[in-house]
Amino acid sequence: MKRIITLTVLNRPGVLNRITNLFSKRNYNIESISVGETEQEGVSRITCVVNVDNDRIIEQITKQLNKQIDVLKVADISDQAVVARELALIKVQSTPQNRNEIYSLIEPFRASVIDVGKDSLIIQITGESEKIEAFIELIKPYGIKELARTGTTAFPRSSQRSTQKTNYSIV
Amino acid sequence: MLQETAFTNVEAEKKTVTGADLLIEALKKEKVEVIFGYPGGAVLPIYDKIYDCGILHVLPRHEQGGIHAAEGYARISGNAGVVIATSGPGATNVVTGLADAMMDSLPLVVFTGQVATGVIGTDAFQEADILGITTPITKHNCQVRNIEDIPRIIKEAFHIATTGRPGPVLIDFPKDIAAGLVEQPAEAEIDLPGYQPTIEPNYLQIRKLTEAVSGAKKPVILAGAGILFSKGSELLLEYAEQQNIPVVHTLLGLGGFPADHPLFMGLGGMHGCYTANMALSECDLLVNIGARFDDRLTGNLKHFAPKATVAHIDIDPAEIGKNVPTAIPVVGDAKVALSMLVKQNGKPPENSEWIQTLNEWKKENPYWYEDSNSPLKPQRVTEMLYEKTNGEGIVVTDVGQHQMWAAQYYPFKNPDRFVTSGGLGTMGFGLPAAIGAQIADPSATVVAILGDAGFQMSTQELAVIRELNLPIKIAIFNNRSLGMVRQWQQIFYEERYSHSLIPSQPSFVKLADAYGIKAYEITSESEAEKVLAEVMNDNEPVLLDFRVAENENVYPMIAPGKGLHEMVGVKK
Repeated sequence: MKRIITLTVLNRPGVLNRITNLFSKRNYNIESISVGETEQEGVSRITCVVNVDNDRIIEQITKQLNKQIDVLKVADISDQAVVARELALIKVQSTPQNRNEIYSLIEPFRASVIDVGKDSLIIQITGESEKIEAFIELIKPYGIKELARTGTTAFPRSSQRSTQKTNYSIV
Repeated sequence: MLQETAFTNVEAEKKTVTGADLLIEALKKEKVEVIFGYPGGAVLPIYDKIYDCGILHVLPRHEQGGIHAAEGYARISGNAGVVIATSGPGATNVVTGLADAMMDSLPLVVFTGQVATGVIGTDAFQEADILGITTPITKHNCQVRNIEDIPRIIKEAFHIATTGRPGPVLIDFPKDIAAGLVEQPAEAEIDLPGYQPTIEPNYLQIRKLTEAVSGAKKPVILAGAGILFSKGSELLLEYAEQQNIPVVHTLLGLGGFPADHPLFMGLGGMHGCYTANMALSECDLLVNIGARFDDRLTGNLKHFAPKATVAHIDIDPAEIGKNVPTAIPVVGDAKVALSMLVKQNGKPPENSEWIQTLNEWKKENPYWYEDSNSPLKPQRVTEMLYEKTNGEGIVVTDVGQHQMWAAQYYPFKNPDRFVTSGGLGTMGFGLPAAIGAQIADPSATVVAILGDAGFQMSTQELAVIRELNLPIKIAIFNNRSLGMVRQWQQIFYEERYSHSLIPSQPSFVKLADAYGIKAYEITSESEAEKVLAEVMNDNEPVLLDFRVAENENVYPMIAPGKGLHEMVGVKK
């Protein structure tokens, strides 16, 4: 199952290495990881998407991450209402003949064309991973020349609906 | 021109300390008694200050020996062991020690030299990315980038190493940072917003545990090294007696509970005793205090404590539920938790039947071996060492058969008397660790029980023992083989002794002689009696080459993949 973990960390040299190192040391698999600065100076946010077999592993991951001195806070937000977004840039083959066709695919996904070349287009799409996957599938037949994805970054929503929430913390 | 010179002078006057000065100053503030260090190019500015700093400096003959000595020192003294190594090979030579200290939660502060900041990343002479290398095997590590930060970084390093679950911290010191001049910085304050270990456990969890104990029929306490690190031995005794709960120790916990106490059930795990392992298998409540359910203790997890409700007190929340599902998690310091439990003074469990069963097991299944005058039996030698030290010596071991015999046949009465490499199982650990242990407690009788193979991984440290005249009793259990490997090959690999027998060995007596250390080769029990009577009270180092039975195996044992109840070799 896929889980989203967000961390706030002190922006010190080697901190990203510390996090990724921990994943490889403990034999956990990262699906994606995205890092960037936050509103607070010297503090970065890291969003990891991990694929784990059971709850015990995700509990271990969060606890092990929490032990890192440079990690301020760790949260598994998978069971909360979240806003999760990813950005993808897709360079797709296109001729003047099928350009309109591609445009008509782009529109319902609210993607946009950000560069047009003689025989290709660069499409920018943002959204949840599933949406991006779906779009990539759709655009594949036209011939994807290059693809770059940022990985998910996510926040819990400001107002949480009361759903059943698993609490892993034992502290 | 004149004016400019005057200005420069003022600047020079203000900038009065070097990075190395700040380092020494910080070490003094932390009341460091001893540094285990090895000089080299990148730490020359630091060594220039060590020259007359007044802190005892021990020069091991290999950096790995230095860090193991620091581990022995930390284990016995409770203080952080301090190590200095130069950049590149000096730094990579301490890697094994860091991994060992990380596994066994020993507080170390390790300083490594680094090439000057300007050339970091250029594959300069003796450059190694020691931060990258040691990130997974340190509690924390960092590189000094500004000279002004030195006091804070060092204060934080000692704080991190010695609080919470202890562990090694490495600080990488570029040469220009050590040599550079700054104004004396202001008093340092610790700034670690991401590090707040939980010391005091949740009261509700303590209540829950008290209730579980009261309701249990077959409770058992599994006490690990957390008891020793928290200095909670006395409270463990008080609690066990108050609630009448039997106690099993892990290897690293030995000494936390007096071995001669009627409630002590012995060592658990792969080579633990029958009673301890059966207690863990049959109990209905398992209270783990400061142990981490290591695989050598639990055996096959499927069969581990199958009937038990598990409670786990640990200062490291990540250890709780890591290997064994835990019903009552208690995050906090073992000593604080025990004092809360004692204060609760809950109704003791009705477990007289359980205690009776355990006592019967204990009586019927003691450790056993076939004694003989010659060949000399290693178990007997351990017993003799126990007798000659009144069970009050510090025992330091290497890794392998002799380590298990030491754990079995030297029943520790007091805490902090056993130094061994448990989690990582590092051969070559014993001899240098004994040096650190003796420095930490100069008046103790330190017995280094080593195998002949492990001894040869750090023989060079004999020089340090001679130099400092440390009265360590080096007892080599010489079976001319890698005993534990040989034992496994005998049992699980059809006696195909692949590279585990060592037919060609130097004379350890002559080797010791070369280092100026008195030595004896001992082949029989009567001879051992005679020599031990002679040398044990000497204030001199001595090396005893015990030629023990070469085919002796450690029993009981639990084969890999088996549960604790599936011991073999319980009886003759």
